[in-house]
Amino acid sequence: MSVAEEKKLMKGNEAMAEAALRAGCRAYFGYPITPQNELIAYMARHMLERGRVFIQAESEIAAVNMVYGAASTGARAMTSSSSPGISLKQEGISYAAGADMPIVVANVVRAGPGLGAIAPSQGDYFQSTRGGGHGDYYCIVLAPKSVQEAADLTYLAFDLADKWRVPVILQADGMIGQMMEGVVLPPERPLDSLPKKDWAVGGMEASRREPNHITSIDLVPESFEKKIRARFERYAKIKAEEVRFESVSCGYDEMDVSGGTGAGTGTGTGTGKAGCSAEDAELVLVAYGTSARVCLGARKLAEKEGIKLGLFRPVTLWPFPEKELARVSANGKPMLVVEMSMGQMVEDVKLSTLGKCPVHFLGRVGGVIPTEEEVFAEVRRILGR
Amino acid sequence: MKKLFGHPESLERIQTKYCAGCGHGVIHRLITELIDEMGIRGHTVITNPVGCSIWADLYFKFDSVQPPHGRTPAAATGIKRLLPDHLVICYQGDGDLAAIGTAEIIHAANRGEKFTTIFVNNAIYGMTGGQMAPTTLVGQKAATAPLGRDPVEAGMGYPIRVSELLSQLEGTRYIARGAVDTPANVRKTKSYIRKAFQAQMSGVGFTMVEILSPCPTNWGMSPVDAIDWLQNNMIPFYHLGEIKNQLEAVSASVPKEAAK
Amino acid sequence: MAKRGKATIDRDRCKGCYLCVRACPVKVLEPDTRVNSTGTYPSLSRYTDKCIACGSCYLVCPDACIEVFELEGGES
Repeated sequence: MSVAEEKKLMKGNEAMAEAALRAGCRAYFGYPITPQNELIAYMARHMLERGRVFIQAESEIAAVNMVYGAASTGARAMTSSSSPGISLKQEGISYAAGADMPIVVANVVRAGPGLGAIAPSQGDYFQSTRGGGHGDYYCIVLAPKSVQEAADLTYLAFDLADKWRVPVILQADGMIGQMMEGVVLPPERPLDSLPKKDWAVGGMEASRREPNHITSIDLVPESFEKKIRARFERYAKIKAEEVRFESVSCGYDEMDVSGGTGAGTGTGTGTGKAGCSAEDAELVLVAYGTSARVCLGARKLAEKEGIKLGLFRPVTLWPFPEKELARVSANGKPMLVVEMSMGQMVEDVKLSTLGKCPVHFLGRVGGVIPTEEEVFAEVRRILGR
Repeated sequence: MKKLFGHPESLERIQTKYCAGCGHGVIHRLITELIDEMGIRGHTVITNPVGCSIWADLYFKFDSVQPPHGRTPAAATGIKRLLPDHLVICYQGDGDLAAIGTAEIIHAANRGEKFTTIFVNNAIYGMTGGQMAPTTLVGQKAATAPLGRDPVEAGMGYPIRVSELLSQLEGTRYIARGAVDTPANVRKTKSYIRKAFQAQMSGVGFTMVEILSPCPTNWGMSPVDAIDWLQNNMIPFYHLGEIKNQLEAVSASVPKEAAK
Repeated sequence: MAKRGKATIDRDRCKGCYLCVRACPVKVLEPDTRVNSTGTYPSLSRYTDKCIACGSCYLVCPDACIEVFELEGGES
């Protein structure tokens, strides 16, 4: 970390934009939608200043397809939107997945369905982790819980997209996009230090290669099946290497933020060194993003009353930390999944734990953010205390 | 013995999937002739979308990207902005450009994007079996207009003259409409495409060549009869010629790069 | 003096659309009576002496399967 880099007070949307720029994002295409308008505005100023490509497209659909085109040339390219706009992008994301194009899509999630509300929500979990668009594919989905993590995960998103040739979705709920916190930004990557891509279009003469044809079509069933299975072998590797999560007093002695590159996001919260170990945690809260911040507050409230709670926080929503959650559930202690939805991640929690422990759920929707008090009240109800 | 006309280098020497008498074949040949003449095969990218043109990348010996239906100008925008020194061809049919992709082509043209659009207008949907297109003529029969296109009773709308529509946008610099029915028109169409490509390579945009093209299969006639039908029905409605040409005006202010 | 020419057709890539037959101003071409390997009757350069190397056949051919040569001197 550069000594010169100091902590700045930034809005989540702007931190994501700046982190993208520093990660070497050469092209940004977007369309305005609340609550991520600060992101596109930041890009409008800073991309053009840096001599990079910025277009306010005519729609979210056009924007994601501009990203697809830019990515096909090997450039790091990004778009951002919020829930209804992300719905529009699903076809483009499916095409990117089918053509193995690395693209980065930021979703600053608002309450739906339909036009909905501009207030925060976590109601797009299914959309991002279950494909969203048509066909058999997955995107890597990263869920920050703070402005710092939003910046760090945006920076990481481009590396993961390039490494695995998959779309990467930054799933930040509306609160993260809008709030202001201190952030230390990652270092600027020189554009010529970015990975070269021999599959990209452009520069055929210079590279003395055969033409590259970027497609996702295959009308021969046996051939197409082979391609899809090969892609799923890649997904299996991603599942083995790129899971990221944070666990507080869940049966790990210290904060365990695993990932292929050991790229802990360094949030520094809940180191588990408060003397709380698995045997002590009576119940494990499972939450991500803003819900996890609320749960940390609930945990503090509980501590005052002598109740020990754990928190398991997925950072990658896909690949989901299923193995790690399964380990946590082995002790049989109840889990309370807290989401700003009617219950989406809770299904993955149930699938991961497979009945080894009771899984409870607390959800608020419509833009309502759960409070620490109501989470703690539910904990008390579950524990009968 | 001197060879006057032969198979372009940039075109694959294989039989195409296109129907006998399909205009795509002629247009593919014109594009590759020009790429050979300009010597730019090594820095050309074509975007070929859904429609019969989805097969185009099988026949072009240069880089290609397949975008979703209608999004071709958006993908071409992304490509040209990142590869400004390359020839970027946005190759579309009438459904892709004038139905599902109407917003994308209008806004790309409006932004003055510097790729060249080749708009293959055969007044019908080919790949999916002959449904009505935005450019289907009034009274023309189609799979989804079995009694003929009827704008009045059935509310099917009128055929769209896309070249004229786009020429009103300030970002457009060269728009021409050609046809591939006769040798003379094929030559003229090639000259339009040449102008558009050369304009692009000297940094000028938006350029487009709309090309009236036969679809014998979905018009339900032989290739030769399809040419007659095109001449008698399409050309009177879709006027041939340079619809908009601001190239001379622009060339005064833009430094000319020698064609490589 | 009018040019003299020769048009050669790649029989197996020809799809038998006969646009070249229609376009030829001096009626050199007509449908062949023998099929090609795909079962199609391709176009045939039959009245070769009449060819004036105008290239009309090549220009309208959708399959780029015609080559047109100009005959020089006493060639035939």
